[in-house]
Amino acid sequence: MRNTTIPEEEYMLPGHVACLGCGAALAMRYALKALGKKTIVSVPACCWAVIPGVYPYRTLEVPLLYTAFEVTGAAISGIREALEVLGQDDVTVMGWAGDGGTADIGIQALSGAMEREHNVIYVMYDNEAYMNTGVQRSGATPFGAWTTTTPVGKLRIYKKERKKPVAEMMVAQGVPYVATANIAYPEDLIRKLRKAKEMKGPKFIHIYATCPTGWRVPPNKTIEIAKLAVQTRVFPLYEVENGVYKINVKPKERVPVRDYLRMQGRFRHLTEEEVELIQKMVDEEWEKLLLKEEMTNRVRKE
Amino acid sequence: MEFEFPTPLTTVPSTANKTGVWRTFRPVINYEKCIRCYICWKFCPEPAISFVPGDKYPAPSEAFLKRDAVEINYDYCKGCGICANECPKGAIDFVLERGDGQ
Repeated sequence: MRNTTIPEEEYMLPGHVACLGCGAALAMRYALKALGKKTIVSVPACCWAVIPGVYPYRTLEVPLLYTAFEVTGAAISGIREALEVLGQDDVTVMGWAGDGGTADIGIQALSGAMEREHNVIYVMYDNEAYMNTGVQRSGATPFGAWTTTTPVGKLRIYKKERKKPVAEMMVAQGVPYVATANIAYPEDLIRKLRKAKEMKGPKFIHIYATCPTGWRVPPNKTIEIAKLAVQTRVFPLYEVENGVYKINVKPKERVPVRDYLRMQGRFRHLTEEEVELIQKMVDEEWEKLLLKEEMTNRVRKE
Repeated sequence: MEFEFPTPLTTVPSTANKTGVWRTFRPVINYEKCIRCYICWKFCPEPAISFVPGDKYPAPSEAFLKRDAVEINYDYCKGCGICANECPKGAIDFVLERGDGQ
């Protein structure tokens, strides 16, 4: 006898070549548990183009279409339209791209696919840099982080720009279902993907996926850090359905961002003042999010 | 036109690739402490933890034997240590690999 909080079926096989403690591998494991076998996945260049291994190995029990870096949105649009021509409406189509392939390189294809309202799910699994090629800064790298292209050093060149809010961009575009999810909250992640599967039209999901290699943390801390990201409000869990916000986790205690930053090698150069600055940014974003929730719910009622 | 759901062209399951050889540290379940909550199974990124009948291993008390136990598959476990870190009972030891296959 056993009762588990997430589905038992596995559509991801062991033997893949993800790094130790890979958050992106976990994210895919959960996503396929939610979507099931009748799913077609498309991945561009990203960690997941490497994780399944080389030919003839397969690690996913579903069809996987590799595409060029910038075309995930176009590829899933095409798969969906082809299925429609063939009269197949019980197949789920999911685009699965990293933060570089979404926030930077694939943004126009994503925006186009969402605007054309194809019945697809686009997942951005966010490990906050180009990890596959060796930790280069991306648009989704957070303020203050070290990467190999923002190497700190004596000149203190760390990332000085804010993280690109891709989920908010999708909300602004009017995508009917936008959600953020986190590997430390698999039940919530699976619920959101299932909801996306049931809904018709374009869906966008932003999954936080720890990268021990690139973030300079021990691999056993993957889940601990992901949990802290939600508790410190660095990465709030929320969903936006037809423009109405709902925050899924509202941490009761205010855990200082310092706890989150000091666990990671990529933030070790930050002075106390800089940590305070990041705390201020996080608090501001959280306040804004609370107001968005209040405002959109009020507008909906009226 | 008849529609056939596409099957992966890649015919060899990745289970042919024994990633267990990557391991530096080995997680070892202490079954006397394990309460069979399955949190380790939930957070394994391989996944290399599976269920086995409850009476295969000892348990903290008789009652736990009714629940299925978990087992680590050392052929694939890369030794990331998430299971040991997340275990609420501290029932998973994390020991240096000796290369003797044990």
